[in-house]
Amino acid sequence: METAIKTSKVKDQLISEFETSKLFLFGNTQLRDKAMESFNIQGIPNYKHEEYKYTRIDAMLKGEFNFSANKNCSDEQIEQLKFLKDAYTVIIENGIFVESLSNSHNLPKGLTICSLLDAVKSDSPVFEKHYAQYADVNADPFIALNTAMTKDGVFIHVAKNTVIEKPIHIIHVSTASQNTIINPRNLIVVDENAQAKIIESFETIDSTAKIFCNALTEIVIDERAIMDHYKIQDENTRLKDGQDLGYLMNTTQVIQKTQSVFSTHTFTLSGTLVRNNLTIVMDGEHIESNLNGLYLTAGNQVVDNHTLVDHRKPNCNSNELYKGIIDGKSTATFNGKIFVRKDAQKTNAFQSNKNILLSEAGTINTKPQLEIYADDVKCSHGASTGKLDEDKIFYLRARGLSPESAKKLLMHAFASEVVNTVKIAPLQEYIEGKIFKVFELKS
Amino acid sequence: MLSIKNLHASIDGKEILKGINLEIKAGEVHAIMGPNGSGKSTLAAVLAGRSEFEVAEGKVTYDGIDLLELSPENRAREGVFLAFQYPIEIPGVSNVNFLKTAINEIRAYKGLEPMAAKDFLVMLKEKQKLVELDAKLTSRSVNEGFSGGEKKRNEIFQMAMLDPKLAILDETDSGLDIDALRIVANGVNKLKSKDNATIIITHYQRLLDYIVPDFVHILYNGKIVKSGHKELALELEEKGYDFIKEEIKA
Repeated sequence: METAIKTSKVKDQLISEFETSKLFLFGNTQLRDKAMESFNIQGIPNYKHEEYKYTRIDAMLKGEFNFSANKNCSDEQIEQLKFLKDAYTVIIENGIFVESLSNSHNLPKGLTICSLLDAVKSDSPVFEKHYAQYADVNADPFIALNTAMTKDGVFIHVAKNTVIEKPIHIIHVSTASQNTIINPRNLIVVDENAQAKIIESFETIDSTAKIFCNALTEIVIDERAIMDHYKIQDENTRLKDGQDLGYLMNTTQVIQKTQSVFSTHTFTLSGTLVRNNLTIVMDGEHIESNLNGLYLTAGNQVVDNHTLVDHRKPNCNSNELYKGIIDGKSTATFNGKIFVRKDAQKTNAFQSNKNILLSEAGTINTKPQLEIYADDVKCSHGASTGKLDEDKIFYLRARGLSPESAKKLLMHAFASEVVNTVKIAPLQEYIEGKIFKVFELKS
Repeated sequence: MLSIKNLHASIDGKEILKGINLEIKAGEVHAIMGPNGSGKSTLAAVLAGRSEFEVAEGKVTYDGIDLLELSPENRAREGVFLAFQYPIEIPGVSNVNFLKTAINEIRAYKGLEPMAAKDFLVMLKEKQKLVELDAKLTSRSVNEGFSGGEKKRNEIFQMAMLDPKLAILDETDSGLDIDALRIVANGVNKLKSKDNATIIITHYQRLLDYIVPDFVHILYNGKIVKSGHKELALELEEKGYDFIKEEIKA
């Protein structure tokens, strides 16, 4: 068996793994078969694929891969990742929900947190209704792959009229001693007039081989519900030897209903390759969607944010702000699509992408795309890329600041517009601390 | 305190300063006047350390040290302060954070401990009063959305906080109405002492009604062509810059 897959392509490895393991995977086999069929047709995208030409996932998916854990973290290592002291914590280690380290019992009324496996076992009607209904397997090969091969993840349900004040922190932690592909999958359902704050952090620790984490989260926000969502992608900072091992493909598929408010924040602080596909479908009137992002890249990192905001009904507002600081030979990509459908009159849709390029060898690709089919709308988009402003640096130096602290202050000022959108104070502090460390290295 | 000898400076190959000589002692106020393009702002920029200007010849000695050898931040740390003609807006950096960082880096340069937060706040309030700066402005981002007058007052506020030995005011009066001009002048006068010196660069003599200079120099075509006392400024205002041009021709 080992020798048979040694020479095969990763796509073939995935297909053969699916065939041998599918009887043991949970849930609807028909759905999985359909998804695998779609993955087989789409394949792993290469440079010819318009949506992936700057992010060569195919180039890193070379060699031999495992599809389940070959190594575990110690409890102490996991404990260290719980940077929010007052939160409901969910641990997903190498794509598997760890019940013993997660808060899934004694939860407040109206809040359910359990593994996908348990959600299936308990015949949860909410889970049945929403699972795999929004992320379209034919839209993207990694949605297809995740849908076909996922083994576990978390199901979170906030029942009607329930307000969960404490944040829920989902920690995805990966570690491997052999090259591994994992496909964690989450479903979050916030019912009518309910409220929740959910943080997903992604960490790769103590690894000696490549990990490709193909994570997918579907989020359903019902009428008048309010949800704040945060993604903290900090993939390989804890690697002692500085090897590049954390690869993250992160799909977030959101559906919003009438009068709901959803704010999402994506902080990409490290990681060899991070690709975010964020899609928000605004399927109702008077919806508000806020999309914020900050990426700090260096070395040979590749960070790619693809966002899609789909205005389907009238009277909705979307606001998008992504900012990046690019250093070294790294590449950052921002691709922001906004669809305003024919029925979506009185839409307000704003988008902005701003970048600072610190090095000659860094690359930024920015592509705003607006497709507007309604005639009574207000939409704007803008993109800018520049260096740190020399006049500002001189002004600060003329007051006694070293060039290093002048640069740090300016980078901090640039990032703060995004960091200030974080509404959970301890989380904001944590992010501040993280980016401060990154700026120390840069200046 | 400051000795400028035969200073030549150029930008993009074009010579702007063509041999400036100037001696300034502690406790003195010097005004430098001149028509547009005479090199007034270039002189200020060279003294503050802007790297676009190339110094081809000459020497600037400040308190016994070669000023031109110092980086801009070390000039500031040694007590040289330039009030910018066009203060820069820095969104996202609060005035308070900026000044705290500046003061503590200057203190570190001198081998001093960072200033205690309480002492800093006391000083902040005291100096705000001096330039009648609205307390709300100091908590905002540096110069962002400030009116022209507020920006100039903020420069003098920074000067008060940093307590320089040599202050260079580059057209601090331009764009100020008479009330703002009085406030700025009053601030500068209160900061004057026998140990520090001030260079006032201006196009008009009005500011000199409020800050009385010990010496007035006229800069024309990259050189100081005439020096005198405060009467020279009045004469210049009355006769216009053409009288200098005539005098040079003659």
